[in-house]
Amino acid sequence: MTTTAQAVAGRAPVFAARGLEKVYRVGEIAVPALRGVDLDLYEGELVVLLGPSGSGKSTLLNVLGGLDVPTAGTVTWRDHDLANPDERLLTRYRRDHVGFVFQLYNLVPSLTARENVALAAEIAEHPLDPADALARVGLAARVDHFPSQLSGGEQQRVAIARAIVKRPDVLLCDEPTGALDVQTGRLVLSVLERVNRELGTTTVIITHNAAIAAMADRVISMRDGRIVREERNAHRAPPEALAW
Amino acid sequence: MVRALDRKVLRDLRAHAGQAVAIAVLLACAVTTLVGSVATARALERSQARYYAEHRFAHVFAAARRAPEGIAARIAALPGVAEVETRVASSATVERPAGGPPASARILSLPPGGARVNVPYLRAGSGLDPDRTDQVLVSEGFALANQLRPGDRLGVVVNGKRQVLRIAGVALSPEFVYAIRPGDLFPDDRAYGILWTSRAGLAAAADLEGAFDEVAVLLAPGAREADVIAGIDRLLAPYGGLGAHGRDRNVSHRFLSDELAQLRAMAALVPAIFLGVAAFVVSVVLSRLVTTQRQQIGALEALGYGARAIALHYAKLVSIIALAGGALGAIGGIALGRAFARSYADFYRLPVLAFEGEAGVVVVAVLVALAAALAGSLGAVRRAVRIAPAEAMRPEPPASYRPTLLERAGLFRPLSPAARMIARDVARRPIRALLSAAGLACAVAILVVAWFAADAMDLILEQQLVVAQRQDLTVTFTDAVAPAGALELRSLPGVRAVEGFRAVPVTLRRGHRSYRTALTGVDPGADLTRLVTADGRVVPLPPAGLVLSAKLGELLHAAPGDRVEIEVLEGRRRTGPLTVALLVDDLLGVQATLSRRALADFLGEGDLLSGAQLSVDPAALDVVQARLRERPRVAGTTARAASVAAFRSLVAGFILAYMAALGALGAVIAAGVVYNAARVTWAERARELATLRVLGFTRAEIWRVLAGEIGVHAALGIPAGCALGLGFVGWTAARASTDLYRIPAEISAATFVRAALLILAATAAVLLAATRWVRRADLLDVLKSKE
Ligand SMILES: Nc1ncnc2c1ncn2[C@@H]1O[C@H](COP(=O)(O)OP(=O)(O)OP(=O)(O)O)[C@@H](O)[C@H]1O
Ligand SMILES: [Mg+2]
Repeated sequence: MTTTAQAVAGRAPVFAARGLEKVYRVGEIAVPALRGVDLDLYEGELVVLLGPSGSGKSTLLNVLGGLDVPTAGTVTWRDHDLANPDERLLTRYRRDHVGFVFQLYNLVPSLTARENVALAAEIAEHPLDPADALARVGLAARVDHFPSQLSGGEQQRVAIARAIVKRPDVLLCDEPTGALDVQTGRLVLSVLERVNRELGTTTVIITHNAAIAAMADRVISMRDGRIVREERNAHRAPPEALAW
Repeated sequence: MVRALDRKVLRDLRAHAGQAVAIAVLLACAVTTLVGSVATARALERSQARYYAEHRFAHVFAAARRAPEGIAARIAALPGVAEVETRVASSATVERPAGGPPASARILSLPPGGARVNVPYLRAGSGLDPDRTDQVLVSEGFALANQLRPGDRLGVVVNGKRQVLRIAGVALSPEFVYAIRPGDLFPDDRAYGILWTSRAGLAAAADLEGAFDEVAVLLAPGAREADVIAGIDRLLAPYGGLGAHGRDRNVSHRFLSDELAQLRAMAALVPAIFLGVAAFVVSVVLSRLVTTQRQQIGALEALGYGARAIALHYAKLVSIIALAGGALGAIGGIALGRAFARSYADFYRLPVLAFEGEAGVVVVAVLVALAAALAGSLGAVRRAVRIAPAEAMRPEPPASYRPTLLERAGLFRPLSPAARMIARDVARRPIRALLSAAGLACAVAILVVAWFAADAMDLILEQQLVVAQRQDLTVTFTDAVAPAGALELRSLPGVRAVEGFRAVPVTLRRGHRSYRTALTGVDPGADLTRLVTADGRVVPLPPAGLVLSAKLGELLHAAPGDRVEIEVLEGRRRTGPLTVALLVDDLLGVQATLSRRALADFLGEGDLLSGAQLSVDPAALDVVQARLRERPRVAGTTARAASVAAFRSLVAGFILAYMAALGALGAVIAAGVVYNAARVTWAERARELATLRVLGFTRAEIWRVLAGEIGVHAALGIPAGCALGLGFVGWTAARASTDLYRIPAEISAATFVRAALLILAATAAVLLAATRWVRRADLLDVLKSKE
């Protein structure tokens, strides 16, 4: 597991997970979602997380994002203990450091694109200007439109703008292209890639689509709640060149 | 076997248990108040009717100065007259066995063979022995207040002659359900009672042997009251007939009937509010449910369930809730009705209480509740049925929003996005926000009405007793005295001021209307008793002409400038006209006042006083009263403090119970409305709010978005409720105008503030509970589900 760590020696790991386990209890039945995950993620890295349905990708991402806490094991982001179930500390962590992008865009329908982004900017310490964030995702012309007036891809880009406006240290994306066509999906991925490059945000993207793996620094594959494979790409393919 | 769709009804019920309970409670309140007040009103009406029938309450009453007994047969011969009973009636002074100032009473004769009209109801002891003239029956209120028991001896002065009578029994009469001394402001059982004694004894005392001065008549079925009244007036005219009248001018009957009318009005108002609020809550909850279950409905339709099956499905859900609430309300309503009817019957000393289960009322009330709930669900069910399966299976597109009008005017610029979310949601569903605000407004209004009752009592007492009647003691003399006899009281230590007055019992008459009260002559410059209007203005007494309470003017149809015929009911029984100079819209009782000199001129007598108003050093009050009692010419003294206390204790318990009941109802409405508004907002916003949590908003910040929307409802509802309360109060006040009291439609600022605070507290309590929803919410669950 440490091969990759050595490969990126010189960079400091920001996330460190050891022996991570997560068991969901549904009545009498215990459903293990993570069964011992060891993982380091480095500053500025773009990681793609692959794996079949039910392999634990979302669970891992949620733990890294402070949305959920593990049942056993340790996980930290810098000096934040993400295994501590104190909701106030986790909220603080999300607020200050994490941006999320989901398959469902989860925009607030009663707010315009700019206002959706402002929602996140207002609680951040050193946010970007919401208009700037929207410009970065190519939506400068649509700032005053409501979600119902935007296409799916546009809504997803608003969601990305909302995630990056606070200049997060970490950007976590759960199937961001899952609901989009190929063309639009590529556009969204190139936005994510550019944010990673320009802002140096540590980025994790979950996908079912192995073709997307080419744009990553590192590809991590999961199965049955374990990490089964890690690969490092020699160089990142530009998202515009991806085909699937 | 429970069918699958019915199982869904039960699951939906369980999933929305809180809201189902809230709706059921609102409906239960509606049914409780409806059944309770209708059952109370009906029980009292029935009790009144039974009491009147069994005790043969007269339909027509007449008084004359002295009519020969033979006239009775001629009255009996009038068409439509079923039964005639003559009697001798007089006022009396009663010595209290326990000592203290004597009380006054109305003493009535009973025929030797027993009464056939206005038959007294014997509560204790026995009836009068027909062979004896020294026995008396005492009205129950008077007996209890003065601790009189059968066997006690009672000194009674009638027509200046003192006799000692033995109390044979304690009785009630349909004629005096409500006994108040003519001219008095409030009933005072200690100071005024009704006595019944033998005809022979009373006739001898009143110099009315072989004659009568009052007659009571029962009508035959189908008789025309007006004809009988005209016939009696004709027959009694030569004998100083004072005008026959029906039950409508019997003070006791009118008061009781007014009370029942008020009760019936309330029986409609409060349940209507609850039903409206419940219907609204049902509509909100159900339309929310239908929206969330859009895809399920589509799937059901795709499976082949028809529109009827789906409509029936939601109707079942609503019906279960409504019937549960209705059943609860029926139980509560019967209990409430029984308790209310009992306390009314006790208050009025009704000997019969005809409370019945009122199955009919219960059924109707439950059906009305069910109808209200179904009506509330109509819109949502219609929407559910109209959903096309194909469309329903697709997830709903994001709701469309627009900037609100106010924002486009640039007014909302400084608002945070969270505030904009609230503003736009209110703007997108204005009807819902308005209805929710309307529900809160009703709750506020109910509280305003409840607290207003206490305000009104304080205002009446303040006005009447602090501004208008400022004496500490009222002294009445056995006979009218010259002014020197009164002014001499000034020399008693502790007496600060003395103002004499002349008062005579009179019947005021205008056309066929008449009213019995006291005519009071006071000095125009009197400072202790003054004429005061409803808004607290002191009106100077004009030197000439009659000043009437506005209510008395209304009863007599007399306006300033009109002449009113006056018949003095004592002494030389003078009659003659007086001109009304002024009407004063006072609040308590009805008064007829004029300057003392004008009264003396009218009576054709010199400067005489019947009594005096005294201002007394409070520390010396007891001593002064004791010294006054030693004086032979002092018939009685009344301490103002005592009569205020009597009035307060009479009304206070009632008002408190009324306030507590309405206050609780108001709080239930507020909590029900707020709970549902919060629940629905929470459900609708679950996804957004979870998104905000993911973005790093704290729970407190999320809660504020939720609370903000409810806050908008409260901000709209509370001022509206104050206005609505003002309306209700005006409506109630207009209906509660009797010759006993008028209610000023004036609400103190404190009442508005208290009503608003209680509603805010109820709102806050619900919102506090909502912090638990926020704490318990699983953000991942929400974000994963596709709505
Ligand atoms: N709240 C929950 N309660 C019970 N089991 C859960 C819960 N969330 C996830 N699981 C289970 O945990 C396991 C891992 O789920 P997870 O959502 O992490 O998978 P995934 O790799 O993201 O799958 P997909 O690609 O379908 O999104 C699955 O077996 C899932 O059923
Ligand atoms: Mg997943």
